[in-house]
Amino acid sequence: MQRRTLFEGRLLPYLLVAPQLLVTAIFFLWPAGQAVKASFLRQDAFGIRTQFVWFENFTALFEDELYRQSAWNTVIFAVCVTALAMGIALLFAVFADRDIRARGAYRTLMIWPYAIAPAVAAVLWIFLFHPQIGLFGRMLNNAGVHWDYKLNGTQAMMVVIAASAWKQVSYNFIFFLAGLQSIPRAVIEAAQIDGAGAWRRFRTITFPLLSPTTFFLIIVNVVYACFDTFGVIHALTQGGPGKATETLIYKVYVDGVVNLDLGSSSAQSVILMAVVMILTMIQFRFVERRVHY
Amino acid sequence: MNRRHLLAGTAALAAAPAVLRSAAAQARTEVTFWHGLANPLGLEVERVCTKFNESQTQYKVNPVFKGGYVETLTSAVAAWRAGQAPHIVQMFEVGTGSMLAAGPAVKQVWQLFEETGVAVDPEQYLPGVRGYYSTADGKLASMPFNSSTTVVWYNKDAFRKAGLNADEFPKTWPELVEAARKLKAANATPTPVSTAWPTWAHFEQFSAIHDLSFSTLSNGFEGLGTELKINSPPHVRNLTRLLDMAKEGTFRYGGRDNAGEVLFPSGEAAVMFTSSGFRARVSREAKFDWGVAMLPNDPEVRAEPINSVIGGASLWVMTAPTRTPPEYKAVAEFFKFISQPENDAEWHQRTGYVPITFGGFELSKKQGFYEKNPGADIPILQLTRGTMTPNSRGFRLGRFVEIRNIIQEEMEKSLQGNQNAQQALDSAVQRGNRVLREFERTNRT
Repeated sequence: MQRRTLFEGRLLPYLLVAPQLLVTAIFFLWPAGQAVKASFLRQDAFGIRTQFVWFENFTALFEDELYRQSAWNTVIFAVCVTALAMGIALLFAVFADRDIRARGAYRTLMIWPYAIAPAVAAVLWIFLFHPQIGLFGRMLNNAGVHWDYKLNGTQAMMVVIAASAWKQVSYNFIFFLAGLQSIPRAVIEAAQIDGAGAWRRFRTITFPLLSPTTFFLIIVNVVYACFDTFGVIHALTQGGPGKATETLIYKVYVDGVVNLDLGSSSAQSVILMAVVMILTMIQFRFVERRVHY
Repeated sequence: MNRRHLLAGTAALAAAPAVLRSAAAQARTEVTFWHGLANPLGLEVERVCTKFNESQTQYKVNPVFKGGYVETLTSAVAAWRAGQAPHIVQMFEVGTGSMLAAGPAVKQVWQLFEETGVAVDPEQYLPGVRGYYSTADGKLASMPFNSSTTVVWYNKDAFRKAGLNADEFPKTWPELVEAARKLKAANATPTPVSTAWPTWAHFEQFSAIHDLSFSTLSNGFEGLGTELKINSPPHVRNLTRLLDMAKEGTFRYGGRDNAGEVLFPSGEAAVMFTSSGFRARVSREAKFDWGVAMLPNDPEVRAEPINSVIGGASLWVMTAPTRTPPEYKAVAEFFKFISQPENDAEWHQRTGYVPITFGGFELSKKQGFYEKNPGADIPILQLTRGTMTPNSRGFRLGRFVEIRNIIQEEMEKSLQGNQNAQQALDSAVQRGNRVLREFERTNRT
């Protein structure tokens, strides 16, 4: 059942949505259009010589082994960040949902990391894992593990994944907690009376009933890992060592801002734009309709 | 705003000679100067500008800190596209190739001096400094400003502890390898040798002092068609030596660009390859006896090393649609001011950068600066050693920042043990050449 307010005439509704449309046009459509235009051009940094090159920027990318490697890095990174951030958040949410003392305090503390800026988060992780000055970095080296994320690509990837996931745990925690609280107690209690253990109750009742939240969070986390982790990577590894932690979004920055190769950078942005559109469509079409509450 | 000021000035001039003085003060032509030096060096830039502004009443230079060199370059590019470019922009030496290709966006310095009639003798600048910023036919393209070169900083206490002569740093690479082993055996410092600016120190300077070609066409001075030559046998042997040292624990990679520097003042590394501009930080932070020395050479490649090349940055004059002749004149006067011996010497002594003019160097000598600061003349002596060749003049590569990163990436991969030196440098050459070809295609007129 939906309540609908109907407006008289045609002008008023358009007038009411006009500010929003204007904002979208200025801050999204116009820059996006510029990116699409630039992706078909080859231009020097100052924009003095411009050539129209059709799809050359795109074909060059798909032939570039480094671009494929960067795409692969992004896949590994996104899957690990999503799994780690959601797994830990779910675990914490299940514990914080129990009837325990000082529940409110735990819940508040869990939300803190979300308020920390990515660059600051990265600095905290540097203090933990830097091979010479980091707390755990030094401990690992003293324990005989050859820890140097500035030179070891796998270790560098682990650090950026950990730092990015840590930042996202809070967000996931809030949603999981809300999801858990909306599960009717009666269902769980009934199962308890039928003799179902804690794990079984979680597996057969809680987890399925959480599925709308889980699907929503998967999309949000993948988008976060792909597009919102620039600050963490920039402060921690700058895409290195080699190109071990260069994700697609970081490559857009390096090629566009550092190397001033605007054509290639724009082409990469356009590809990323398409990826976001597909993810959003999946969310609207698949997730919102198929998951029943 | 400038136009209004000028009009006001002209009106006042016509009105009465009595008010001439105050009107002239009002009519000062203002120019903007974007730089990329953080404090404490940024304060020195402001000092120079303030001094210039106080030295006369016609012109005023306003310095603006725009972040690091890369951010300054990006901002300048964006500002020029919007028709709002600053009058002067400080550009690091690796951006020289890109700026020269910028055509109408910049006004080359020789042209500026010619148009404004400000007389500045290009011969007064040290050849190593002048050469890097000149066009192929020897005309000064940008204004030398903060220049340094790569030298070696070493911990004398650690040398003594390892039983080495603290007053004489190893002259050659084989001697340095031996010294590093002794440092390790004596456990003098956790790391014997480390480096900052891996590409600058071990590829660019290594090529220059051994008179090896870094890239064809005189390191790019003679055209955009230049191709990297750093996979030659001497280069491969040099990288192999570093890889071997890393394996036996006598060399530690400290990260890209200047990230490695931190290992020296903290006492972690006994030997550090980095810029001569490191002096201010070392004298402030290092709690041990330290020395500075020239880069070691590989005697099998060349027994008598020649001059090293400079690093640092120069000042470029940018154009804009609304720019007026008096503004260019102001820029030219400012350039003339910073080239005067007393100003150059002061800049050199306060910052640790090398003097850009013979006058500044002579004056510093006369003032006894080098007796009071032992080793402060090492970078200048290294820059002026031997006869400059096309290989030791400088580098003129497009998108050089990207190429430096490529070399660093391939170095990192080989230090991880994923490839040997030959593979690393072949790959760096191949990837670097692709970037050079792309630049050539984009900038062909």
